[in-house]
Amino acid sequence: MIGNDRIEVRKTHKLFVGGAFPRSESGRTYEATNSQGEFLANVAKASRKDARDAVLAARTGFNSWSKATAYNRGQVLYRIAEVMEGRKDQFISDIQDAEAVSAKKATNQTDQAIDRVLWYAGWADKYAQVLGNTNPVSGPFFNFSIPEPTGVVAAVAPADSSLLGLISVIAPIITSGNSVIVIASTASPIPAITLSECLATSDVIAGNINILTGDPAEIMPSLASHGDVNALDLTGITDPELQKALQIEAAGTVKRVRSAPVNPDWQATPSLSRLRAFTEVKTVWHPMGM
Amino acid sequence: MTFQYAPAPESTAIVNINSSNDLFINGEFTPGHGNPFKTINPATEEVLAEIAHANEEDVNAAVMAARKAYDKTWSKMSGRDRGKYLFRIARLIQERSRELAVLETLDNGKPIRESRDVDIPIAAAHFFYHAGWADKLEFAGYGDNPRPLGVVAQVIPWNFPLLMLAWKIAPALATGNTVVLKPAETTSLTALLFAEICQQADLPPGVVNIITGAGETGRMLVEHPDVNKVAFTGSTAVGQAIQRQIAGTHKRLTLELGGKAANIVFDDAPIDQAVEGIVNGIFFNQGHVCCAGSRLLLQESIAEQTIDSLKRRLVTLRLGDPLDKNTDIGAINSREQLDRIIDLTKSGEDEGAQRWSPDCVIPQKGFWFAPTVFTNVTQAHRIAREEIFGPVLSVLTFRTPDEAIEKANNTPYGLSAGIWTEKGSRILAMANKVRAGVVWANTFNRFDPTSPFGGYKESGFGREGGVQGLGAYLTSEETS
Repeated sequence: MIGNDRIEVRKTHKLFVGGAFPRSESGRTYEATNSQGEFLANVAKASRKDARDAVLAARTGFNSWSKATAYNRGQVLYRIAEVMEGRKDQFISDIQDAEAVSAKKATNQTDQAIDRVLWYAGWADKYAQVLGNTNPVSGPFFNFSIPEPTGVVAAVAPADSSLLGLISVIAPIITSGNSVIVIASTASPIPAITLSECLATSDVIAGNINILTGDPAEIMPSLASHGDVNALDLTGITDPELQKALQIEAAGTVKRVRSAPVNPDWQATPSLSRLRAFTEVKTVWHPMGM
Repeated sequence: MTFQYAPAPESTAIVNINSSNDLFINGEFTPGHGNPFKTINPATEEVLAEIAHANEEDVNAAVMAARKAYDKTWSKMSGRDRGKYLFRIARLIQERSRELAVLETLDNGKPIRESRDVDIPIAAAHFFYHAGWADKLEFAGYGDNPRPLGVVAQVIPWNFPLLMLAWKIAPALATGNTVVLKPAETTSLTALLFAEICQQADLPPGVVNIITGAGETGRMLVEHPDVNKVAFTGSTAVGQAIQRQIAGTHKRLTLELGGKAANIVFDDAPIDQAVEGIVNGIFFNQGHVCCAGSRLLLQESIAEQTIDSLKRRLVTLRLGDPLDKNTDIGAINSREQLDRIIDLTKSGEDEGAQRWSPDCVIPQKGFWFAPTVFTNVTQAHRIAREEIFGPVLSVLTFRTPDEAIEKANNTPYGLSAGIWTEKGSRILAMANKVRAGVVWANTFNRFDPTSPFGGYKESGFGREGGVQGLGAYLTSEETS
């Protein structure tokens, strides 16, 4: 049968910025390989300029996404899970290639990643009820506190869990209304690129989620010092010196920084600490009187 | 016919200031090893007392005492018992409230009316509120087993000395942490009186340590390797320096920094109430308030009328002896701060804003600054961008709600904001859009221990007060 000899059409692996799929403005790529070192694809190597462009896109995305209703944010997150479900086979094969794990493990990671999106989708219209409250102040005032999104968050996905780890970083950031620029696992970027294709068809507002591939050590310093980035999620930064350097840069505009977790367990049900880390509590007072 | 006020000074007989003061380490007053410094009454420039200056050896001793108290006593004590100590402290603050109020006014320069009615009662309230949390932390939303962090380093400013101490120490102790606190160099006295209160409460030695000194002492404390958490209230510049200092460590950090709040008045606001709120917003505590409403945004159609009312009101403010119960505006806390206010107001004039102050008699001695209003201010002026931390109001105008939001948010700060309008839907929409941690609608400068306080953006991160404030002092098992 000649059908089996068909030459496949290969994909160009690009960045995901502002809802579009640009190549790196630098024209650079790097080789993504499997764990045996065999060539998988040439992947865009994002530059500092790409990172700055992503900040611009993320700020625009934030201005719309943060105004969306909680119900609507939940709907978009559900939609991401739905579209991911349809691409399940591709994710499994991507993860198997990238991480050299069994089909069973790759399937498990994909299932968990989709379920994690679903978990956060349900939080979109609930987290403010759990993290917010009214305050019984001593006086004739109505006083309430609500969590609001921090703004633009620059994040580094973990190196070892190319889809579940990535989703576990992105989902809590956007659930509350933030925008994110996330640097995918440098060693295993391809599942992240597949994810970006799901995002592009999931009613995600352009610029709300931006995925860069490349070297965090090159890209993150410019995001850590960027005046229009509000917070850093350093989950995937394993080099203590780089983490320290980024924390120092972050002080320039008093960014919120979530440091890299120690031995993260991506399989476990998350706590609310990620949602909390990228929200600000706003307290409103109003007098009560006739 | 004009009425004259007779002087009504509060007696200072109730306070007994030691001529020289030691550090409070491990439950005892201990001499410091640095060169002592003097604290003065900013209203008279008279020396009140000599204060010990903690050097590195003293910082080490204080942190070691806090560590020992944490390991041996405080982290093992039941929440119920920790709460009882906090209740004791709260009661003792109430019992000695007049003494604390007079001492605060002497050392800080703030009117006795404010130290008596605001600073001290709210400080006591913070201890009461947190006392009740000590045995209920598993209900606070930080997981089933929230745990303390360990030794907490706290550095506080001079604008609300005892109140800021209470904001820091009460939640730290309720959650099971031990404390080393450094008060501001110019306002150590009520912190040292608080140390006496800890002794009267029989608080176990080392649970609270007070070390006095200047910036260098604070830096050594923050950098001490055996500190688990740093809580700082003060300027954004120092907050940034601390954020850099602790980079690469596992220390947790909360920062409560500067502000440049917009106080937004719409054309349908009750003008007389708004004027009271504007005055309270910027002239409370001589404007030495990080959340002060220092940028007044007036809707154009009512700008002239509101400024006229404001000026009429300011003429009635009484500036002078902080111990006088009728005083509205007390002394500026230090020569250094006065110089900064003078410099920034001069820049206001140089850049073309119009300056106005009511006629008022400025005392011969001490540090004073008349309430000042600048009109014709643009967003580019330094007085519209930089925190003055003094009784200086910059007035800008707007036409539409969108323009008001644009201007209100046009600052790197995001601590507080005020909104004045009779329209409920507009209040909620504005409160939603303004990027600030505390929004006062048809009121201003209200504080309560149940109500979280803290900033967005460069005004810092973390909250103090309320259930959210507990999070700064707790950790729980996290899987990722």
